[in-house]
Amino acid sequence: MAEILFELAGISKSYPGVMALDDVSLRVNRGEVLGLIGENGAGKSTLMRVLGGVIAPSEGVIRIGGTDRARMTVNEATRAGIAFVHQELNLFENLDVAANVFIGRERLVGGPLKLVDDAQMRARVTPLLERLGAEFTPDTLVDNLSIAERQLVEIAKALSIDARVIIMDEPTSSLTISETERLLGVIADLKAHGVAVIYISHRLGEIMTCADRVVVLRDGRTVGELARDRLSHAAMIRLMIGRDLKALHTPPKRPPQPGGCDIVGVVTSAFPDRQIDLSVRHGEILGLAGLVGAGRTSLARAAFGIDPLLGGEIRIDDAPVDVASPRDAIRQGIYLMPEDRKKSGLVLELPIRENVTLASLLNYARMWLVSGPAERKVAKEQVRRLSIKVPSIDMEAVTLSGGNQQKVVLGKWLSMQPRVMFFDEPTRGVDVGAKSEIYALMRELADQGVAILMISSDMEEVIGVSDRIAVMHEGSVSGVLEREQFSEYNVLQLAIGQALDTVEAAAP
Amino acid sequence: MNKKELGLGLLLLVISAVTGAINPAFLSLVNLLNMANLIGLFGVFALGEGLVIITGGIDLSLGSMFALLGVIFIDLLTTYQVPWPLALLAVLLGGLVLGGIQGFLVTRLKMQPFIVTLCGLLIYRGAARYYTSDSTRGFGYGDEAGTLSSIASGNVAGIPNTFIFLIILALVLGVLLHRSVYGRWLYAVGKNEEAARFSGINTNIVIATAYIISGGLAGVSTVLFVFYTNSVSPSSFGNFYELYAIAAAVLGGCSLRGGEGSILGIVLGTALLQVLQNLVNILGIPNSLNFAVMGTVILIGVLADHQLQARRRRKMALAGLARTAPRSTLEGQQGAGPRGADALAARTGDQA
Repeated sequence: MAEILFELAGISKSYPGVMALDDVSLRVNRGEVLGLIGENGAGKSTLMRVLGGVIAPSEGVIRIGGTDRARMTVNEATRAGIAFVHQELNLFENLDVAANVFIGRERLVGGPLKLVDDAQMRARVTPLLERLGAEFTPDTLVDNLSIAERQLVEIAKALSIDARVIIMDEPTSSLTISETERLLGVIADLKAHGVAVIYISHRLGEIMTCADRVVVLRDGRTVGELARDRLSHAAMIRLMIGRDLKALHTPPKRPPQPGGCDIVGVVTSAFPDRQIDLSVRHGEILGLAGLVGAGRTSLARAAFGIDPLLGGEIRIDDAPVDVASPRDAIRQGIYLMPEDRKKSGLVLELPIRENVTLASLLNYARMWLVSGPAERKVAKEQVRRLSIKVPSIDMEAVTLSGGNQQKVVLGKWLSMQPRVMFFDEPTRGVDVGAKSEIYALMRELADQGVAILMISSDMEEVIGVSDRIAVMHEGSVSGVLEREQFSEYNVLQLAIGQALDTVEAAAP
Repeated sequence: MNKKELGLGLLLLVISAVTGAINPAFLSLVNLLNMANLIGLFGVFALGEGLVIITGGIDLSLGSMFALLGVIFIDLLTTYQVPWPLALLAVLLGGLVLGGIQGFLVTRLKMQPFIVTLCGLLIYRGAARYYTSDSTRGFGYGDEAGTLSSIASGNVAGIPNTFIFLIILALVLGVLLHRSVYGRWLYAVGKNEEAARFSGINTNIVIATAYIISGGLAGVSTVLFVFYTNSVSPSSFGNFYELYAIAAAVLGGCSLRGGEGSILGIVLGTALLQVLQNLVNILGIPNSLNFAVMGTVILIGVLADHQLQARRRRKMALAGLARTAPRSTLEGQQGAGPRGADALAARTGDQA
């Protein structure tokens, strides 16, 4: 009989407007590897944050060592033996391995002088590194370690606090195959020592290899649990999807016109050994699906001139275009709505008016002097056209809601003549109402002949809004779906790098 | 004129009035004109410094630039007997080129402005001292640049030409910064360089231009200072002047984080600094306390400004809260469907 380390019962977490977790229960046994899977935004990370004490659940019970509690602090979670190996590693590159393992818990010498005892910390870390089969010493600077090695440091850190559960969030997303195999070996070893591992991954193959049990989340709920003997790709995918999609799709007013934007053999710096080939026709919305980190944003950045194109070319209506800088791209009518609007889309402290005209200011200037009336006219036009809810165009962009901010970014581009538009996660952090407005605007643009590429990790959005879906996997396009092939199942299959045919055969 | 500049102007008036009440000599025409001359001299390069600070950078090299360009300028006029228009042109070009090099290092080679201009400070000073073997250069008894000298240190109806020049320059730069496309880009780059780049602005050129303007104005200032002192001692000429400029800009509302500040503010900041120096003399405060007084006023000024801004932000946040509160409950009712988790992903950064 497996010893239960801890249990989450009936955990819910709601934010204003959203239910992130809805009655989720989870039990972790000593020395088992628990796979946790679900789509982007299914609630995995939120659940893990509850477990780590970072956020408090709205409802539910956390049961550890026989005591029930409504919430935990980070310190309590650490004391209960819960440790994280983060997706983005939280290490200090300027410090050595031992200092990282003991960060915040430094061993001291010298009494009141409180000097850091490097020797003792290094001596304590050595056996941990040996156990993990690491080939570096405790006094190595983390800066000199590879991603895989840094992960070992995180695991050593977890072991140094006698962790009983180690949560690994997408641990292999940046590892090579041999590094991944080694990590799976380490996990097997941890398991043999009675440490439980919660393994979160999109890579179902790895889950198949290492998990004793798999819990599937969808829309903040536990939708299924699979024991080891019942694990299969098809079973996992079937549980991850299977939600009723609202029919968002507004068909184009007219069929896509000939011509458009062709991405030919493009190589980006994120995946220097992969090529991307895609084409979007005028009047079409092409959804660009894939897992986070599949190279979609890198493609958009390269096509917009932010990052250099390492190979290939962008063609519009069969003529190659120069996209050496965003200025060139803009001149060609290629615009990008960036993923992070606060960082890249807006100058938050400037008024809406100045944000709207930032990219096209020279059009409203004579001899480089800005014409106030012309500028105000354009800004007002965009505010009206996009129904941005704001008392004045002189309000700072920072005061707006997410949806209205996104519309200001959109206004910046629509005040010019778009030919090709990239939307990178256009509705992230946008409320439901503004979402459908943004969808309607995208369709309107497409109907005016703009070729639209929409990067989205929101399955409902990808399926609902797109006319075709291209799916990317690890830096290249793994398949393109026509509307009649649209299904979450197919998108997910392509996103995890499986061929479509075998899948359809296996589909129910 | 915004609140910050209004406050600064008031502060300037109050300090002047109080000083004048204690010692009427402060308000004598001679003293006022003397101050106007100094404000003109220090204001010119403070404006250039201000532009650089708005980009989020800093220029520490100005004082040393004065020394290097100064000795070259005097040498051209005296030793080489170069006609003054050519010498003037050479110094202006020299300033532009030095500014251009610094701008290039900051933007294309991605070096930190502090380091680039700190090295400039050391290199130019060293070059000036080596070039002159550390000896002071001055004009002889000849009339090498009589015309230029009378322009630079002369006056119109008693008002020093330096002050008049500052006013004209401030108007030109005021239009450039507050009315032109370039000025808009400068603020955008200073506030959020990435968003500016995503809007197709060539941020490197915008930033480098600020350094070039600052260098060019340093060339102008060199000439004005040379005719103010009539000689250049390479080891001390212009020492610390860059710090006066930074102080004036900060006092005038520039933030070292970039994206904030105005021409009027910088001019007022320069004026306030000169008034402070002057009142130390006039009120018989020991001259050795000069820097301490300046430091204290800047500290208090910036502190007060921060407090006022924080209060304004708190008020805005409260107002914002009051506005959004009823709406978020509404969302709670309509958003409880299956789409909840996706919307959350953005808020919590959930990528899993």
